Amino acid sequence: MDGERILARLRERFGPAVLEAGSPFGQSTAVVDRGVLREALDFCKVDPDLGFDMLVDLTAVDYLKFPGREDGPRFEVVYHLYSLPHNQRLRLKVRVEEEGAVVPSATPLWPIANWLEREVWDMFGIRFEGHPDLRRLLMYEEFEGHPLRKDYPIERRQPLIGPRN
Amino acid sequence: MAQTTTREIFLGEGSGTGGGGQNLHVNIGPQHPAMHGIIRILAELDGETVVKTDVEIGYLHRAFEKECEIGGYNNAIPYTDRLNYVSPLINNFGYAAAVEKLLGIEVTERCKYIRVVMSEISRICDHLTCIGASAMELGAITVFLYMIKAREFLWELVEDVTGARLTISYGRVGGVRADLPDGFAEKARKAFKETREVLDEVDRLLTGNRIFMDRMIGVGVLSAEESIAYGITGPLLRAAGVAYDVRKAHPYWVYDRVEFEVPTRPAGDNYARYLVRMAEMAQSMRIAEQALADMPGGAINVDFEGRPIDPASYVDRGKQGKTEGLLLVPVTLSPNLEGQNQRALERVLTHDKRVALPPKETTYGSIEGLMNHFMLIMEGYGIRPPAGEVYLPVEGANGELGFYVVSDGSDRPYRVHCRPPCLPPLAALPRMLEGGMVADVVPTFGSVNMIGGELDR
Repeated sequence: MDGERILARLRERFGPAVLEAGSPFGQSTAVVDRGVLREALDFCKVDPDLGFDMLVDLTAVDYLKFPGREDGPRFEVVYHLYSLPHNQRLRLKVRVEEEGAVVPSATPLWPIANWLEREVWDMFGIRFEGHPDLRRLLMYEEFEGHPLRKDYPIERRQPLIGPRN
Repeated sequence: MAQTTTREIFLGEGSGTGGGGQNLHVNIGPQHPAMHGIIRILAELDGETVVKTDVEIGYLHRAFEKECEIGGYNNAIPYTDRLNYVSPLINNFGYAAAVEKLLGIEVTERCKYIRVVMSEISRICDHLTCIGASAMELGAITVFLYMIKAREFLWELVEDVTGARLTISYGRVGGVRADLPDGFAEKARKAFKETREVLDEVDRLLTGNRIFMDRMIGVGVLSAEESIAYGITGPLLRAAGVAYDVRKAHPYWVYDRVEFEVPTRPAGDNYARYLVRMAEMAQSMRIAEQALADMPGGAINVDFEGRPIDPASYVDRGKQGKTEGLLLVPVTLSPNLEGQNQRALERVLTHDKRVALPPKETTYGSIEGLMNHFMLIMEGYGIRPPAGEVYLPVEGANGELGFYVVSDGSDRPYRVHCRPPCLPPLAALPRMLEGGMVADVVPTFGSVNMIGGELDR
């Protein structure tokens, strides 16, 4: 199954909830509505034609200062899926507003989502609903703000506080 | 009320109101002689059995991704050196390849071969360090010394090519910094021969060693299903029997033109990981030797019409305006990267003027070269890929190393994200440790080959 057919299969299953689909730079990319994200990830994983059994990467992008997208939804959470049986890749994205930046957690589907979602929460302040333990991953608990947001100044310094025992 | 002795609290001895039945919490790390990386494992022990662990990372966080956003595309190259600092060349090339994909440029043939050779040398360095260190933690200090000796042979090659050992910054968007030095292929073959001898010795010392086997077999087991669910790639996944290798699945550069196998083992334990890494080193040498043999361009042939001038005086003359005939004079390649032979640079760097800095000789010798230089260096100019996003995986020493680069069309990356290959195994570390003995924490931790630089970014 090639990239076009993967996207067609997603469109066929979710209809208008697939907001955008295309293959820029030859990489299959689909933007889905937040409401169907959990279902879409589940579908990608269990559908035998898709078989995306590996969540390779999960990250986010802050589009606050992206030319032409300043007014749109601020964040995009990006899932990179890989299918071992079909040797295919898919990028699934979901757009999130700054207000109520919550995305359903993928931890029940892939345990690795646990840490990756913690990293996204840490760096971008996007919450994952249903996550068992949403702590910061790289920064310490006392750290204020979310450093990879575009409005977090790179010069800002915060005191380093050691771990609590 | 019964008095609880310190011994009861710490050893969990006694019963009733005392420390009996109470599990002991032990901090392993962040600073611990057996941890070759700064990480904290909070272990809950019942006697000597690990009941529960919590892994805490982030001690080496340096804001890699944020730093990448403030400079030009090539400015991120030195930061990528520091991701996996045992095999920095693969990081350099991986990042450069992602930006090249965004730009839609193809690197030169010779450059592809150089990248493959240098990546494989780095991979061997990484595996040598991993096996050496984990063997040392089990008491086999000889193996560590042998492995470091072998790594030295290879690092000398790296030093010859890049001028540095660790923070090499050799990759460039569009190519590499300089061509290979004279006689590199010969040197590399000799180094591989010596490395093979060392690996042979280590194989005889470790593979059938009773103590080593007892400590490694059946320890830290992770099944194929669990490895996949945890997104684990690289030697750990192959040690669980899944033959996934980015070099085979999505061949990049010239990996589809060389012959190699993807070694796998079914067991998924520490011993299988050791065997897979040993087999991979042999395969890496095989790849590097084929690539060296097939490399186009060959030795650097300088046309000696007139006296060769060393690059430094070439630049000096250019600065003084004595440019007459400069472009026609061949220069010798300086091994310390002070200057380059123009033709050699053309062989290893793309010809695309949007990306490649002209050789210093051209910058100082011609107006076109000077303009080209300014267009890449001036604030607001530089390398400007079209707006878009790209995720490009390469096979790092620990597994799939991916760079996700988002461009907004300006001269700075809008977002750079690195998919560190050793994060998934660390996330799965509790699964490997729980239920085992506390003494097995160290070999299992050694077998996942955690590299703080790429884990914490």
